[in-house]
Amino acid sequence: MNIDKDLVAAMATPLVLAILAEGASYGYAILKRVRELSGGDVEWTDGMLYPLLHRLERLGYVSTEWGVSPEGRRRRNYEITEAGVAQLAEQRKQWATANRTLGGLWGTNFAVAGA
Amino acid sequence: MSEQQVEAQIDVWRAAILKGRAVNDTDADELEGHLREQISDLESVGLSGDEAFLIAVRRLGQVDVISSEYAQEHGDRLWKQLAVPSDDDGRRRAMTAMFVFAILAAVLVQVARFCAQIPGTNASWLLRDASFFVLPVLAAYFAVVKRMPWRRTLALGLVVVLLAVAVNLFPLARGGSSEVLIGIHLPIVLWFVVGASYLGGDLRWSARRMDFIRFTGEWVIYFTLIALGGGVLMSLTAAILSPIAPDSIGQVYIWVVPSGAAGAIIVAAWLVESKKSVVENLAPVLTAIFTPLFGVMLVAAAVVYTIGGIARDFDRDLLTVFDLLLLVVLGLVVYGLSARDRTRSAGAMDVIRLVAVVAAVVLDILILVSMFARVGEFGLTGNRVAALGLNFILLVNLAVTAWLTARLVAGRVPPTRIERWQTGYLPVFVGWVLIVVLALPPLFSFA
Repeated sequence: MNIDKDLVAAMATPLVLAILAEGASYGYAILKRVRELSGGDVEWTDGMLYPLLHRLERLGYVSTEWGVSPEGRRRRNYEITEAGVAQLAEQRKQWATANRTLGGLWGTNFAVAGA
Repeated sequence: MSEQQVEAQIDVWRAAILKGRAVNDTDADELEGHLREQISDLESVGLSGDEAFLIAVRRLGQVDVISSEYAQEHGDRLWKQLAVPSDDDGRRRAMTAMFVFAILAAVLVQVARFCAQIPGTNASWLLRDASFFVLPVLAAYFAVVKRMPWRRTLALGLVVVLLAVAVNLFPLARGGSSEVLIGIHLPIVLWFVVGASYLGGDLRWSARRMDFIRFTGEWVIYFTLIALGGGVLMSLTAAILSPIAPDSIGQVYIWVVPSGAAGAIIVAAWLVESKKSVVENLAPVLTAIFTPLFGVMLVAAAVVYTIGGIARDFDRDLLTVFDLLLLVVLGLVVYGLSARDRTRSAGAMDVIRLVAVVAAVVLDILILVSMFARVGEFGLTGNRVAALGLNFILLVNLAVTAWLTARLVAGRVPPTRIERWQTGYLPVFVGWVLIVVLALPPLFSFA
C-alpha cells in the first residue's frame, strides 16, 4: 500500500517527535525506525528528513549535538525538548480527533487498527 | 566495483549537493554520513558497492529536490550577509578605524565651513579646497588599515601638503575659469593619492593597479547608494520639520549634508573592502549591461554625424560632452576588462566592446576635424586647453585599445595585453590632471 504524499507530510512531524520521545537518535536510525514501524508502507525520500529535523530544531522542539559514530564519523544526534514533548501531546490530540471522526464513519475497528 | 570508485562517486555526489549553497558543509557531512551508513547496510546484505551506492543515492532523493527543500528551511543562506566581524582581528580593526576616520572627515568639513564664514575672508576657496578636507583622510585611513610603511606615508603626506600650498598661493581671479578648473581636477589628483595609499605605496604592478581600478568602480556604486539613502533621509526630515520648525530645515541641511557626504566617502571605502568576497562586483555587471547599449548608441551617432556633417564652430561645451562620452566608453572598457577571465580567449563581448570603442573614436575624430576646420580665429584659454588635452589623451588611449582589442579578437595578443595598456596609462592621467592643476593656471595668468 502506498500512502498519499500529503498524508505522509502531515504525519512527518508527530512521527519524528514520537520516535525521538523514545530516546535520542540520529537521522539514519530515525528513518530505519520509520520503515520498521510502517512495514515499509510509508515511503519517505530520505533526504527530506534533515530539513524537517532542522525546522523542528528552529522551532525548539528538538536539540542537537554532534557525536561520533562507531565508525568514527561525525554524527548529529537529535533529542526531544520539553517544548517538543508538549507539541507531541498536542499533535497526538489532533490525530486522536481525526481518528475518532473517521472511525465514527468507518466503524470502531478502524480506530483500534490505526492506534 | 572497487572501494575507490565508490569513494569517488560519493565525492562527486557531495560536490553536487554543495553547489546550490542552500546545503552547507555540516549538512553535507550529515547527509554523507547517512549515505555511507545506507551503503554499508546494503552491502552487508550482499549488494556490490556500486549497486549499494545507486540505491542509497536514490533513497536519499534527487539532488535538486533536496537542495530546494533545504533552501526553504534555510532561505537566509542564499543571501550572503555582511556579518559584523567578531573574531577576525584585522577586520575589526578596519571597522574601528573606519568609524574614527569617518567622524574625522565629518568634523573637518564643518571646521572648513566655519573658517569660510569668518568675516573678511574670501569664501570661494572652500569649494576649491573642499576635497583637501576629505580625500586625504581616506588616504590616511588606508595608510593605517593597510599598514603602509612610514616613509611612504610621509612622502604621500608631503605631496598633499605641497599641493595644498601651491594651489592656495596662486593669485587666482575670483570665480575665474582657473579656479573652476582646479576645483574639478583637484579631487582627481587626490583620488590618485588615495590610490597610492590603497596600494600601500606599491604602484609598480599592473595587477595591483587593476585592484585600485576595481576599488574605484565599486566605491562609486556604494557611495551612490549611500547618497540615495541620505537623500531620502534628508527629504523626509524636511517634510517632518516643515510644519513645526520650517526655519530649522536650512540649518539641518548645512550640518548634516556636508558631514554626511564626507563620512560616507570613508564608509563606502570600508564597505567595498569588507564586502569584496561576499558580494559579486557590481561595476562589471553594470558594464555588461551597458556596453552593448552604448555600442548601439555610438554606432548610430557616428552614422548620423557622418551623413549629416557637423555645422558647429569650436565649442567648448560640445567638446566637454565628448570628453564625458569618451570617459564613459573608457569606463566600459576598463570594467569589462576587470571582470574578464584572463585565460579565456576572445568572445562576443570583446567584439561588442571593439565596435563601441571604434565608433567612439570615429565620432570623436569627426568632431575634432570639423571643429578645427572652422577654427578660424579661436584663441586658447585655460578651459579650452583642459578640454582639448583630455580629449586627446582619451582618444590616444581608446585608439590603442581598439587596435589591441582587434588583435585580441583575431587571436594575436592575450587579454592581459589590454589590461597592461590600461594600467600602464594611469600615470598619463595623473600627469595630465597635475598639469591642469599646477601648470595651466600660471600659463593663463590665473584668469
